[in-house]
Amino acid sequence: MPDALRQFADTYLMWQEGPMIWISDVLILLTSIGIVATLTYFKKWKWLWREWLTTVDHKKIGIMYLIAALLMMFRGGADGLLMRTQLAAPGMHFLDAEHYDQIFTTHGTIMILFMAMPFIFAMFNIVVPLQIGARDVAFPYLNAISFWLFFFGALLFNISFVFGGSPDAGWFSYPPLSELQFDPGPGENFYLLALQISGIGSIATGINFLATILKMRAPGMTLMRMPLFTWSVVAACIVIIFAFPALTVALALLMLDRIVGTHFFTILHGGNPMMYINLFWVWGHPEVYIVVLPAFGIFSEVVATFSRKRVFGYSSMVASLILISVISYFVWAHHFFTMGAGADVNTFFAVASMAVGIPTGVKVFNWLFTMYRGRIRLNLPMLWTIAFVPCFALGGATGIMLAAAPADYQYHNSYFLIAHFHQVLIGGVVFGMLAGMYYWWPKMFGFKLDERIGRWAFWFFNIGFYVCFMPQYALGFMGMQRRMYTYPADMGWGTLNFISTVGAYLMGIGFVLIVAQVLYSIKYGERDLTGDPWDGRTLEWSLPSPVPHYNFAVIPTVTDRDYWWKLKEEGRTDELKPKPEDIQPIHMPKNSGRPFIMGVLFFVAGLGFVFNWYVLAVLGLLGVVVTLLARSFEYDDEYYIQPEEVEHVEAALGRL
Amino acid sequence: MAHGHVELHDGPAPAHEHHGPGLYIVGYIASLVLTAIAFWLALGHHMAGGPLALTLLILGALQIVVQLFFFMHVTEGDGPPFHSMALVLGLIFTFAIALMSIWIMSFHYQVQ
Repeated sequence: MPDALRQFADTYLMWQEGPMIWISDVLILLTSIGIVATLTYFKKWKWLWREWLTTVDHKKIGIMYLIAALLMMFRGGADGLLMRTQLAAPGMHFLDAEHYDQIFTTHGTIMILFMAMPFIFAMFNIVVPLQIGARDVAFPYLNAISFWLFFFGALLFNISFVFGGSPDAGWFSYPPLSELQFDPGPGENFYLLALQISGIGSIATGINFLATILKMRAPGMTLMRMPLFTWSVVAACIVIIFAFPALTVALALLMLDRIVGTHFFTILHGGNPMMYINLFWVWGHPEVYIVVLPAFGIFSEVVATFSRKRVFGYSSMVASLILISVISYFVWAHHFFTMGAGADVNTFFAVASMAVGIPTGVKVFNWLFTMYRGRIRLNLPMLWTIAFVPCFALGGATGIMLAAAPADYQYHNSYFLIAHFHQVLIGGVVFGMLAGMYYWWPKMFGFKLDERIGRWAFWFFNIGFYVCFMPQYALGFMGMQRRMYTYPADMGWGTLNFISTVGAYLMGIGFVLIVAQVLYSIKYGERDLTGDPWDGRTLEWSLPSPVPHYNFAVIPTVTDRDYWWKLKEEGRTDELKPKPEDIQPIHMPKNSGRPFIMGVLFFVAGLGFVFNWYVLAVLGLLGVVVTLLARSFEYDDEYYIQPEEVEHVEAALGRL
Repeated sequence: MAHGHVELHDGPAPAHEHHGPGLYIVGYIASLVLTAIAFWLALGHHMAGGPLALTLLILGALQIVVQLFFFMHVTEGDGPPFHSMALVLGLIFTFAIALMSIWIMSFHYQVQ
């Protein structure tokens, strides 16, 4: 028996790997016990199930996405710090090559797919229905499924760390390295299955929000009266719907190669590994626009609100959003210029890549012109927005350098590239999402996040960012390639790498301060009693904070862009307060536990495929089919909130 | 992509028209048949490489048509014609991705 146990521990729990894994096991175990004990002690299990796990309310789903994104930012950030620690000095033995491979793989995958994606979905969910005057998304039940597929996909990916082994073929897992013969462990399967499961959820979210925005706007809200954040979600959803299938196909074919033994990407049997790279970037490049377009939307909202001006060049903002989402499909080959597809292919994609800079430049100038002669208030959302402009401009400029195909042969896969994409993704997406989080936090929770700690976090994170990534541009020119786990002292890279590591730790402190800020503000944060703490311009600020679960007691009729601002200027805000005679029964979807159960079943099936335990896989998939069938025969899935209850809630909020 | 069979029907059924199961059964059989032909051609080596690729492309395009007409009801709908715009955009992207992939990948990747 002990022998069998030992073998299990060595094969699946990787106990021969040493103390790092043991410490992680203990920490995970203690955290889990802590969570279970707390829930049991405070008798919160029923509350958890009723209020959160079964919810179809877009606001709660958004909050769950936000929590998941912050947790994943912690995990991905810890990975980043481990890498920077290893690279702080030449010839370090902090991590060995294999662990370093695993860590850069999980860092990249987590930051893009399990941090940036849920962060933008958090913003979609929390904001879009409120901005367009809707009571929920078009398909609330599907929305819950999307969340739980993301959640269990992320769980499957993260569990690989302590069960079976992490993936180690890079965040884009190129074949032939990711084929079975070179990468036999379960880690790569974890990667494929986790991305596949959460990818289904992402496509569904794209469809859901596009349908919501096109079909569920309040009367009078024409497309050209929509807030710019909502427009950015339209653009992002178009990209999601058309880009994600390419990833699904690429991952599915690679999985067939690994599990069934096909030869899509093995060169010996007529396959072509470059086809995977092609398909991956057909999704991969649009993906970066998927995450950055909503950030652009957030900046547009924040700039207008905190400059007390309507946004400059609204229609050019809309046009550039849509233009970016279309051009984003014609640039993907710039990720593999060095493949050698020929001068004409490279020329086309180089020119297309540079063309993206034009609509992006239009947006940057529009933000600047919005600020020009505005009455700027430097609250946290605006601070992050102002920090974004120079950071993104510099990142864009180095992007143009990389887009020049002949020069790219020099920069390709060097630290110059690493510095570039961190600058656009952190400067664009992370700054944007943090700005959005600070901006809409009062709307979600009813209190503001503390400004003082927030400023400390801001300066640590910002200075840390430049200290961390500026040296990497230089390191790239000095010949340092990405994914090197160590380097000899005589290369002369030591000093810059050390500076870069210091910067990474400064960013780490910035993140810890954000966590501290959240914890502090839960108790001491300024309560938002008006529902409009920033003097906002769009419909969500006409509602109390936090928003009642039906959102609008009476759906407003919109007559203008920035309608709420206009009403405030004309002193007509009372028009948006509900009148008792206007309140009708409100049609709402019922909560359902099935999306959660479906997520669990997908997780079980995924685990089955990862370890080739096909009985488990088939059982999981059968379970999924059963939940689908059960949904088809469910007729009693909606209810009405009676006017008395609405009146009661609104009266308690002092709005009647 | 064309063989992907993602159905995301949710929410209340459209009130203006009611379909029997017939349309769905026909569509389902048609998509199965198209898939079967593609597999039979590819696995059985019944055609040379170039013509085979072209035939598979055509079969894939037909599969899209089947999905759109039998399952997604493109001919129906009220309000602004968002779905025609979406279809045109989808067509552009599909052709861009398929044809440009062929263009990109038509270099001599096996050194001879």
